[in-house]
Amino acid sequence: MPTISLQVNGKTVSGEVQGNTLLTDFLRQNLGLTGTHVGCDTSQCGACVIHVNGDSIKACTMLAAQADNASVTTIEGLSQGDDLHPVQAAFREAHGLQCGFCTPGMIMSAADLLSKNPNPSEAEIRSWLSGNLCRCTGYHNIVKAVQIAAGQMSGQRIAAE
Amino acid sequence: MYNFDYVRPSSVSDAAQALSNNTDASLVAGGHTLIPTLKQRLAQPSALIDISQLAELKGIRSDGGNIVIGAATTHAEVAGSADVKAAIPALAELANGIGDRQVRHRGTIGGSVANNDPSADYPAALLGLGASVVTNRGRYDADSFFTGLFSTALHPGEIITAVHFPIPDKAGYAKFEQRASRYCLVSVFVAQKSGGIFSSGETRVAVSGAGQNGVFRVAEMEQALQGNFSPSGVSGIKVSSANLMNDMHGAADYRAALITAMAERAVGAASA
Repeated sequence: MPTISLQVNGKTVSGEVQGNTLLTDFLRQNLGLTGTHVGCDTSQCGACVIHVNGDSIKACTMLAAQADNASVTTIEGLSQGDDLHPVQAAFREAHGLQCGFCTPGMIMSAADLLSKNPNPSEAEIRSWLSGNLCRCTGYHNIVKAVQIAAGQMSGQRIAAE
Repeated sequence: MYNFDYVRPSSVSDAAQALSNNTDASLVAGGHTLIPTLKQRLAQPSALIDISQLAELKGIRSDGGNIVIGAATTHAEVAGSADVKAAIPALAELANGIGDRQVRHRGTIGGSVANNDPSADYPAALLGLGASVVTNRGRYDADSFFTGLFSTALHPGEIITAVHFPIPDKAGYAKFEQRASRYCLVSVFVAQKSGGIFSSGETRVAVSGAGQNGVFRVAEMEQALQGNFSPSGVSGIKVSSANLMNDMHGAADYRAALITAMAERAVGAASA
């Protein structure tokens, strides 16, 4: 069995995996990081979105062995202790969730968008999130949350300058 | 998913060696077709040989009159490439329309081309631009590479290393998306180049998503566009529905009508 070693939320972790172990299963079962959800398991719904080497990807369609040596961030690694990431705080503020199942993937996708495009248009937000399905909200409040987060994050940048 | 050995070679020649040692093995790069296939137990390779991290298969460069894209380059990298956007904007646009953003961060051009899904985007670009597929053993013109549904001219154990796209004078792409899967219900890639480096003719029209045998060219449209490169040049040309796919997503007649409509849009969108 391959032994893999990777950074997950800033910590080095390692473990033995089978060839067919999915990255979602490694995160959830080996590491207990159950914030990464498995919805469709067919790379359509986006509940499993995490960041691998700085890009949002669908962890249900990546082998754990392919993440060897990678730097991974999951929803558990986004906040600084009790301080929510601006995207997380904005989802709460804008009521961007109802049942919450899609939320970790939505937030990880949105955070990747804002890291690459700090001031996206509504169309760019909707396009970027097209691979994240939500069956509760109708998406309006999710888009609103991403817009709020973008405004807050650009405010933080100004304050820091 | 059945289990398999996972192998990560350090070079293309190591990967070729691993494949020749194990004929039941399969290559994997982004895995965005292969992993779903394995989950459904539609394939049972003894080993997956992961070529996604081989540096010699990655990257995009401008080389004379060509854009050269390494086989393990992701769709997001093609879509975001300044070289591709400057030389062949229609190709960047095509890459940006594959799947969703998270899929584009993993899926690769080499994987898409080797799979030759009849509804995939890239085969239309390769055939429409008269691209060449370079492998560890040789080189194929797009016209001879795509041989049928999910089949190509690749031999067992052969590995795609890069795709060379000639830079056209103008190219355009129009896709009518199947909304659930985001594959092409019908898409058309159109390119025009003076100077005749294309293997036959100066204007090419390639259709994906429609043919029973996968991607194909439309000679009648190509001839019409050589005299009149405008949407009206193709608006009166109907492709016969006899060899088109006919399934739950669209009847053959509907696809035939879409080919004309997408060809008009692709010509209208064509830019230098």
